[in-house]
Amino acid sequence: MYCDIVTQEKMVFSGEVKSVSLPGTEGRMGILPNHSALLTTLGFGEVIVHPPEGDEQYFAIGGGFAEVQPEKVIVLADSAEQADEIDIERAEQARTRAEKYMVEGVPEDPERYAQIRASLQRAQIRIDVARRRRRKPMMPTLGGTEEAKN
Amino acid sequence: MATERELNKRIKSIGNIAQVTGALAAVSASKASKSQRQVEATRAYAGKAFEILHNLAAQPGVGSTGHPLLTAREAITGAYLILITSDRGLAGAYNTNVVISAEKFIRAMDVPVKVITVGRKGRDLMIRRGYDVIATFDNMPDDLSILDILPIARIATNDYLESKADEVFIAYTDFVNLVTRIPRVKQLLPLKPLDFEGMAVAEYVSAVDLSGVSERVYSYEPEPAALLDVVVPRFTQLQLYQAVLEAQASEHSARMVAMNNATDNAAELIDILTLERNKARQMSITSEILDIVGGAEALG
Repeated sequence: MYCDIVTQEKMVFSGEVKSVSLPGTEGRMGILPNHSALLTTLGFGEVIVHPPEGDEQYFAIGGGFAEVQPEKVIVLADSAEQADEIDIERAEQARTRAEKYMVEGVPEDPERYAQIRASLQRAQIRIDVARRRRRKPMMPTLGGTEEAKN
Repeated sequence: MATERELNKRIKSIGNIAQVTGALAAVSASKASKSQRQVEATRAYAGKAFEILHNLAAQPGVGSTGHPLLTAREAITGAYLILITSDRGLAGAYNTNVVISAEKFIRAMDVPVKVITVGRKGRDLMIRRGYDVIATFDNMPDDLSILDILPIARIATNDYLESKADEVFIAYTDFVNLVTRIPRVKQLLPLKPLDFEGMAVAEYVSAVDLSGVSERVYSYEPEPAALLDVVVPRFTQLQLYQAVLEAQASEHSARMVAMNNATDNAAELIDILTLERNKARQMSITSEILDIVGGAEALG
């Protein structure tokens, strides 16, 4: 039997196994080869896989869901417990920030000043160079320039 | 005209700038490919979740009632647009381009569109231009985790379920390769699993073979509708996560190109200034010789 454990971010485990134990929302379930096809939600807990050789491996998951087929188990796990309170709090903060900026206007960006200054400097250099290029050729002839004559 | 010494100073300072921009270009290139690897790593989850979504949506008892996150509303009275930009500049036209495509989209909509911004540049631009910004997120880390995305997904899904918005769209920059980026506006909610073209970051599920998926027989624990409650929000989170990663890859590649151009320009300036400096040096030598010759003639 084959088992994949993937999170939204990456593949965590993939390989041949003898058995898989899942933290189902309605109780822990052990999956052996030739299990009937099943879709189930998972709760916070441990996925335990038993490779043909070696020790069991444990993966803590924050919930999710899994697809079981006779020869394959795919666990779509949450990499961390989805803590609703934290998300809601952060979402509220994002709203409050937006309200504040909508009323007070956006803060001046210190980086912006640095950028403007840098671009002014660049422009100045370009102007200087262009001005110098436009002048007459400066290779002194034998007669010399005004300066040299004196 | 500038003296030899002045010119030397200027050449040196431009050399320093070139060094900084060159380093920034190299760093950006590696960050872009890292973001791209990160989004590629979501393929396994995206494909499987998409398959399961299809199977669940086809089950009797789900189709009749319709999961709210999958069902298009008949009357659209308001929409949200999640706009993804960067916090920092020096990335050429990257932010401007995605903001322009967002503005075009908002103008084309028949209903009022409220904006959720991710990234300081987008926030500042949208607020200055008088759009209704209802939430702002910034400081998305380079090493993006799904946890950074959850609050954004939370606002989108909650407000959608509370009918504050009848449709949610996302504007982001699709990373094609290091020199090509395309700003896109795609629908996030309601999720339309059959509409590949309109779906956000559809490229990560477009290779999934859906033939026979709906007919697959499973036992469901709990029933399909309750499973959908778990699967659909996670799929939405994943789409957002992928879109932000695409945008980050685009930002870094845009910065790489901008910094490469700056480095090239600096090299060109150095060439010009070096020529100027050599002329200045030549001229001062010539005038010294003339002085000496003139002095010798006067004596002789």
